[in-house]
Order: sequence, then C-alpha cells, then structure tokens
Amino acid sequence: MTTDLTQYPRRRYGMDHDRYDWSMLQDREPVTWPGDKPLALWINISLQHFSLSGEEPQVVVPGALTMPYPDLRHYTLRDYGNRIGIYRVLKEIERTKAEVSFAINGALCERYPALIQTLATLPFEWLGHSWDMLSIQAGDLASDKEADWIRRTIAALERAGQRPIKGWLSPGRIQTDNTPELLALAGLEYHCDWVNDELPYRFRTHHEDLICLPSCLELDDVFVLTQNLHSEDSFEEQIYDAANTLISEARAFKSGRLLCLNFHPWLIGQPHRILTLRRILNNLLRDRANDIWNASPSQIIAASKC
Amino acid sequence: MTKDQMSELELYDYWPYHSRPKIRWPGGAKLAFWVAPNIEFYELNPPPNPFRKAWPHPFPAVPGYSIRDYGNRVGHQRQMALLDKYGIRGSISLSAALCDHHPEIIEMCLERNWEFFSHGIYNTRYTYGLSEADERAMIEDSIQTIERATGCKPAGYLAPALSHSEQTIDLFAEAGGLYTCDLFHDDQPTPVCTRSGSKFVSIPYSLELNDTIAYVVQKMEPRRYAQTIMRAFDQLLAEGDESGTVMCIPTHNYQVSCPHRIKAFEEALAYITGHSDVWVTTGREIAEYYLDHYYDDAQIFIKGESQ
Repeated sequence: MTTDLTQYPRRRYGMDHDRYDWSMLQDREPVTWPGDKPLALWINISLQHFSLSGEEPQVVVPGALTMPYPDLRHYTLRDYGNRIGIYRVLKEIERTKAEVSFAINGALCERYPALIQTLATLPFEWLGHSWDMLSIQAGDLASDKEADWIRRTIAALERAGQRPIKGWLSPGRIQTDNTPELLALAGLEYHCDWVNDELPYRFRTHHEDLICLPSCLELDDVFVLTQNLHSEDSFEEQIYDAANTLISEARAFKSGRLLCLNFHPWLIGQPHRILTLRRILNNLLRDRANDIWNASPSQIIAASKC
Repeated sequence: MTKDQMSELELYDYWPYHSRPKIRWPGGAKLAFWVAPNIEFYELNPPPNPFRKAWPHPFPAVPGYSIRDYGNRVGHQRQMALLDKYGIRGSISLSAALCDHHPEIIEMCLERNWEFFSHGIYNTRYTYGLSEADERAMIEDSIQTIERATGCKPAGYLAPALSHSEQTIDLFAEAGGLYTCDLFHDDQPTPVCTRSGSKFVSIPYSLELNDTIAYVVQKMEPRRYAQTIMRAFDQLLAEGDESGTVMCIPTHNYQVSCPHRIKAFEEALAYITGHSDVWVTTGREIAEYYLDHYYDDAQIFIKGESQ
C-alpha cells in the first residue's frame, strides 16, 4: 500500500515552494561594494521588550520568560538591556564610529520614550521587530492580528524615529505563511528572517516582491552565548574566522561578501561582556578597515543590486 | 553460532577488538580516511509522519528550513573548495530528490569523481510507519534516481535522518547494496548478517565526529571540534599499526561550512592529510577493498571463534 508518506508532489527542479529561485552563491553575478572592499558588514542591535504578563507565546523564542508569573528574574534581566546595556553599547558604537541598525519592538516607543528619543538622535536605520517579544509571528496566528502588530509597530517607530521603516526582523526569525504578504502590503522593502544565504536576494509575495537580507542566526550573540554556551572568547574568535573566510573568498571569486552580526544589549551589554563587543568593533572597524565596508542594511541591499 | 554472541536483531557477531586478522590498506596504509558530506533536501511542508515530527516549529518552519537551504546555496561550494584543496574526494550521503531539485550540485560532484551513496529521498521522510513494500520502493527509488543522475549505482546506504526499520539493512542488501553506514559498533569494517546472506559490510561512519552532533547536540566550539577530530585521528592511526582502522568525518554544509567554522575544520584536515600511512579514500573504495581482501577471512575467523 502506498501512502502519502511515499508521494512527492513537489519533487522537481528548484525549490519545493515558490518564494524564491534556486541559485548558488558563487554562480551569481559578482557584487561590488563601495571602494571595492571585499566584505560588507551589517551590525544590528535588537531592542526588545519581554512582557511580564505571563501570557504564553505560540513559539517560545530565546530569551523568553520561563518561570511562573511573575517571572521577575528574567523580566528584569531583559529590561537591564534597555536601562543599562544599550547605553554601554552606544558608547562603543560612538567610540568606533560604527554604522549600525536598530531592530526595535514597537512597544518600547510607548513604554520607554526616553530610550527611543535617544536612539532617534542617532543617524541609524531602524527595522520593525514586531510589537514585543510576545508578538511572535508563527503558525496559525490570525492574519488580522499579525497585520495589526506590523501596522502598529511601523506607525510607532516612524512617529518616534522620524524616519521611514523599510525592513523587518521577526522575533525568533519566525514567520507565518502570511508574513511576507503582510510585510509587502505594509509597504516594507525587505525582511531578514530566512537565514539561507550570504547575500540579499529577491523574495516573492502575492503583492510586491520583497528583498531578503539574510541575517546570521549562527553568529547571533544569543545563539552563540546562551544556546551554544560558548565562551565570549570563542564567540570573538568565530567572528574573526568568519571575517577571514569571507574576505579570502571575496578575493578569490572577485565578488563582495557579507557578514551580518546581531547583538542584544541585555546580553552583550553586561559588564563582563562589553569588552567582547569593544574588541570585535576594534578588530573589524579599525584593524580591518581596509577590507570592510560597514554599512546600513538599505545601503547593502542597494549596492548588491539584487 | 550461538545467539548470545550476536547483536540484537542479529545484525553482526560479537567480535572483540583484539587478536583480529590484520588489515593493511592499499600502499601499506594504517588508516583509511573518508569524508562524507551529507547533501540533503529537507521539505518545507512534508506530509506528517506519525512517529516523528519533521520540524520543531509550526509551518512554515523558517528557522530549520532556511539554514538547511543555506547548506545547498552557500555551504556546498565552500566545503567542496576545501576538500579540493586537501585532495579529498567526498563520499556524499545524498537525499536522492536533490538530483531533481539541485542537479548543479550533482554535476560539480561528478566532475570530481566523488562517490554518491543513498540517504533516502528526502531527509524529512522517515522510515518510521512505512510498510516493508513502501520502504523497499523508497530504497529502490533512491538507487534508481542516483544511478540515473550519476551513471553509477550507489553501493552504500545511510537511512534518511537515521530512521530505521527492522528490515532496513536487509532491504538495501537485497537491492544490491554493498555497505551500510548505519551501524556505529566498530572502528573497522565488519561483516553484516542479512537475510539474503549476501556479502555485505558495515563501514565505520561516525556519530561522534559528525559535525551536526558536535555543533547542535554537543554544542562544541569550533576549535574543540577540530581538536576532537585530531585526537580521534591520532588514536586510530596508532592502533592502525596493529591492524588497519577506518575514520570518517560526516559533515553537513549548513554546519561545518559556515564561515565561522570552516577555518577550524581546515586545520583538522590539514593535520590529517599531512600524515603518511593514511589512505584518503571513499566509502565505496573501503567497502570494495575489504570485501575483496578481508571479508572471507573475517567470516572464517568469526565462525571459528564462535565454535
């Protein structure tokens, strides 16, 4: 008896879905970054609000509250990032003149306007990061609810930031089947959730195409330090190994490569970890300045001509 | 043969590691070294298997799916360049449907005379819940698909996502296979008992040195993974002085090929290939050499010991 376990209706050339075309990185048209630098560097800082409410999200993302209500230990440790950690991170950014982006939960505009006003004084790009860390876009979440989170987040960020919101990073890099359509309908240009590439590429929706600028989960500070439980020194070494690999490849293939880093102030902004961020920024932005083009996500997408 | 000297499922005889007939690999090598890149296709929306979930997240499982797609879009060419650099031909554990989805990858491997062995149709389709007839059809489909795409019938099998039935190895042997990678009981090839009685061997693959086990289950830092590989190599090479051993590194392009991990992997490969007395080869070549030179003696030895 043959069951659907041995039927393969989408066994065909290319992908088993229609979101994007199949292609291998090295087979594409070469990319040239400004100044002919081999490596583009996107540094994103995620600013997050973990609600104390005790509500269970559909998917529990890393860093989420885990204890019975009121989970003060995790709530306050995450809140630390918005009170202390971010200001340490901002000092390092200022000191090294780094170009970064901020992915921001919309709720922070209402909850901590002083923080958002500080961020608004800086010339960096902002990305929507859903309403808060309970607003997880996953599974059978109702489309109108998801659309409301997206709309409210964009409106709050644009009002507070006085800059257009063009990109989206979903908490946990998770999406529903509707997310790409809803992001396109909201007028966004790119998302960063599909971690399947090292250059931006075109992503289809039923409306306008989006660009996917793939963020790097595997070098995200939360992933390396809290899920893999690697040391801070190994985290740093992994970033340098990645930069070296990508720079050599860019030279070998005469095409720019991209390194994406993502930091969370509640983690990297701890006093025993900020040195790691300082060293990473010094290494990439000073010691390797000749090889690295540090840019905003929109600049990287524009230069990639995808 | 008494039953208490057999493994459960009567797959192989108990055979202690000392006093075995001496193996020497071609050229007098003491260690046969092979690298097995798993080149896999995971479906975004597979039919639900009653015994095992394909993804931890609800549909669409973007995190799990997209990083595996990264392996094919980005990682494959990176690992291939590294293996080229160290003169290593990959032995690919292949999701046969990849011949349909990504024939460009198959072409690149064919140009390098890499080996392809079967790893089922998709890595999101498990053996669990299949009737024997369905499992046989799945295995034969994978063999025919690979033969059609590569011109060569696969000799080896690693069950998709390491999902087995009691008949998995019998079915692959009956389909004309020579070796299995599914057994982790030894550091040398060993005869495997099948119901058809065909000459069939287990070739040491390794879960302990598998990059996904190292990085996802053990959560190793990249240089600890490299150190683990080099320590295993030193030990197996030293033991190979007495009788030849086998060492395999199974890899995945969404793990070891990430830019922050490949440097450490390169250090391990440079170390291994910098030694003499090592036969850098493929799974099939190890299986065929063993079957031609040692299998019969091993059987006589095992039967003799058990009497």
